Amino acid sequence: MFHWLEQRPFFFAVMLFLTIAFAGVIEILPDFAKASQPLVGKKPFTVLQLAGKQVYIKDSCNACHSQLIRPFKSETDRYGMYSLSGEYAYDRPFLWGSKRTGPDLHRIGNYRTTDWHENHMMAPADVVPGSIMPKYPHMFTNMADIATAYANANTQKSVFGVPYDTDGMPKLGSWADAEAAAKEEAKSIAADMKNQSVKDMVAKGEVPEIVALIAYLNSLK
Amino acid sequence: MQSNAQLEYDYSIVKAFTFTTILFGIIGMTVGVILAFQLAFPELSNLAGEYGTFGRLRPIHTNGVAFGFTLSGIFATWYYVGQRTLKMSLKESKFLMTVAKLHFALYFITILLAVVTLLMGITTSKEYAELEWPLDILVVIWWVLWGVAMFGMIGMRRERTIYVSTWYYMSSFLAVAMLFLFNNMEVPTMFFAGDAPSSAMHSISMYAGTNDALVQWWYGHNAVAFVFTTPIIGMIYYFLPKESGQNIFSYKLSVLAFWGLMFVYLWAGGHHLIYSTVPDWMQTMGSAMSIVLILPSWGSAINMLLTMKGEWQQLQSSPLIKFMIMASTFYMLSTIEGPIQAIKSVNAIAHFTDWIPGHVHDGVLGWVGFMIMASLFHMAPRIFKRELYSKSLMETQFWLQTVGIVLYFTSMWIAGITQGMMWRAYDDYGSLLYSFIDTVTVLQPYYTLRAVGGLFYLVGFLIFAYNMFRTATSGRKLDKEPANASPMAS
Repeated sequence: MFHWLEQRPFFFAVMLFLTIAFAGVIEILPDFAKASQPLVGKKPFTVLQLAGKQVYIKDSCNACHSQLIRPFKSETDRYGMYSLSGEYAYDRPFLWGSKRTGPDLHRIGNYRTTDWHENHMMAPADVVPGSIMPKYPHMFTNMADIATAYANANTQKSVFGVPYDTDGMPKLGSWADAEAAAKEEAKSIAADMKNQSVKDMVAKGEVPEIVALIAYLNSLK
Repeated sequence: MQSNAQLEYDYSIVKAFTFTTILFGIIGMTVGVILAFQLAFPELSNLAGEYGTFGRLRPIHTNGVAFGFTLSGIFATWYYVGQRTLKMSLKESKFLMTVAKLHFALYFITILLAVVTLLMGITTSKEYAELEWPLDILVVIWWVLWGVAMFGMIGMRRERTIYVSTWYYMSSFLAVAMLFLFNNMEVPTMFFAGDAPSSAMHSISMYAGTNDALVQWWYGHNAVAFVFTTPIIGMIYYFLPKESGQNIFSYKLSVLAFWGLMFVYLWAGGHHLIYSTVPDWMQTMGSAMSIVLILPSWGSAINMLLTMKGEWQQLQSSPLIKFMIMASTFYMLSTIEGPIQAIKSVNAIAHFTDWIPGHVHDGVLGWVGFMIMASLFHMAPRIFKRELYSKSLMETQFWLQTVGIVLYFTSMWIAGITQGMMWRAYDDYGSLLYSFIDTVTVLQPYYTLRAVGGLFYLVGFLIFAYNMFRTATSGRKLDKEPANASPMAS
C-alpha cells in the first residue's frame, strides 16, 4: 500500500493530512464549549486594565512570568489558590507563560500594592536585591494606548458576547464614555503613586503605561 | 519525456535561501547570546532603553532562528533536493520559477518586517506565533506559494516514486498550514473601534483562556515538530546517503518511522499543559503519546546510524559526516529527553524551569543547526561549482560548537533541576524554605556558563559563514560535479 501511495502524490498528501489532522479532531474540538465558561462573579477587564494588559504583552512580561498556579502545596503556599479554568474565560490571549524566570503573577493583586509596583518597575533590584529583571523607566514616559484597549473591549463585546454594559459588569459605552472612565480610573491609581511627573500627566488627562500596567496587575487576584 | 539527457538544475533560489539562512542565523543567534548574557549580567538589559530588554528581544531570537534561519535552510534544501530527487529542473517551467522567486521575495520581506514590529513591541504574545495579523496574512501567502512550487515540481517529475525526503517536506507544508491557520485565528480590533483612534495592527485571539492555551500548544509543540523535526529528517535522508555514498539502511524502517511520527506527534502537544486547567485526560494523553513518540523518532535516527554500517572510518576523514552523525545523535538525545520531561512527576519539577530551554537547545543547536549547516556545506560545491574552502575551519567549527552545546545543556539541566527542587523545598516547620529570589540568584553561575556555551556556538557559526563565503568566492573551481564526498581544501 505504501509503495502505491508513494507513486501517487495526491493520495499520498490526502492520507498524510488525515493522519496529521486526526489528533486535533479528537483532542481539540470536543472540549471547546465546556472550558470557556466564566467562573461565577468573574468580571471582564476594564478598558484601563486592558490597556495595561497590552503593556504587559508589548514588553513580553510573559516571557519570564507565568500566570498559572499548579495544584501543588508548594505553589499554593507561595502564590495562593491554584488556578481554575473559569478564571481565564475573558483572557484573550491567555498569558500562562512557559517559563518562570521570575515568580508567578496570577494572584499578584492579592499581595502587592500600587506603590510596590511603582518602585519595582523603576528599579527592580532596589526593591528585591539580587533581582535580574530589567528596569522599565520607559513605562513612566510612554503613554498607554487607551483607544486600542477600547477597540479590544468592544471587539470582545460585539464578537464574543463578553458581558460588558450588563448588570454589575464593567461599563463600556461609546469611546468618549470609555475614555473618560479610563482616565478617572487612572486618577485613582495615580493617587497611590509618588512619581510627580506621572501624577501631573494623569491630572492633565494623560495615561502613562505604568498606570495602566498597575491597574492590570492589581486586577490579577 | 527526455530520458537520458543530463538535467541542468537551477540553483538561483537555492542560493538566495542559502544567503538568508546565514544572514538570519547570525541575527537570531547573536540576539540569543545577548539574551543569555542578560540573564547572567542583568545590567545588560538596560543598555538600549525599551528596545534592549529581555522581553522585547526574546521573540526576535525565537522567530529569528525558527522562521529566519531554520525555514530558510528548509527552503534552500527543498529547492535543491526537490529538483534532484524528482528529476526535474526549475528551468523547465517559467511559472514555477516565478512562484519560487515570489516565495523568496515575500518571505524575505516578512522576516524583515517581523524583526521591526517585534522590536516595537507589536506582538500577540503567543509563543512562536507572535506576529500580528497583517504579517500573518503575508506568511499565509508565501506558504501557499511554497506549496504551489512543491506540488508543481512534483507534478513535473520524471521519477515516478517520491523519495522519503519529499514525504517529510510535504508533511511540513501540510501540517504547518493547518496549525498556523487555526492558531492565528484572530479578530483585528480596528473594525470595532467606533470613533476611537485605535491601532490598526492590533488583534485578539478567537479563543479565550484555557481554549486559547490548548490551541496554542497544539500549535506550539507541532511547529517544533514540523519545522525543527520533519524537514530536518528530510534533509538527513538525502544528504547523509549522498555524502557518504551509502544506501539508506532500511526502507521499511523509514516507512514505519514516517507514518508513526505523523500519527503520534500531534497528540503530544498536551505535555506543555500538564497540571494546568486543561482537562486531565488531555494531559495524560499528551504525556503518554510523548513516550510513544520515542519509537518513530529513534526509528529515523537508528536508520541513519545503520546507514553508516561498515563505513565508520568516514567519520574520521570527513567533517561533513561528523556533523550529520552528531546531529543524528543529538536528535536521539533530545527525543529521549523530551518524553522524560513529559512524564507527569518529572514535569512537576521541570516545567517553568531552565531545563526546558536546555532541552530545546540540545535539539535545535545539535540537531537542527548541525544538519542545516552540513546540508549547506554539501550543497556548496554543487551550486557554486567550487571546492569547499577549508576543512580545518570545519573541524574547528565542529569542536567549538559541540563543546558549546554540551556547556549549554549541562548547565541548563543543573539550573533547571536545582530551581525545580528549591521551589518545592520545605523546612522542618512546614514553611517554604526559599523565597523566590533565592532560587534566582543561585542560578548565576549556570547562566554564565550557558552564555559562554552559546557564544562558542555563535563563533562557530561565524566561522561557518566565513567558510561558506570564501567557498562561494574563492574556492578552487571544479570542472565536474562531485559524486559523493564533497571536495574540500585542507
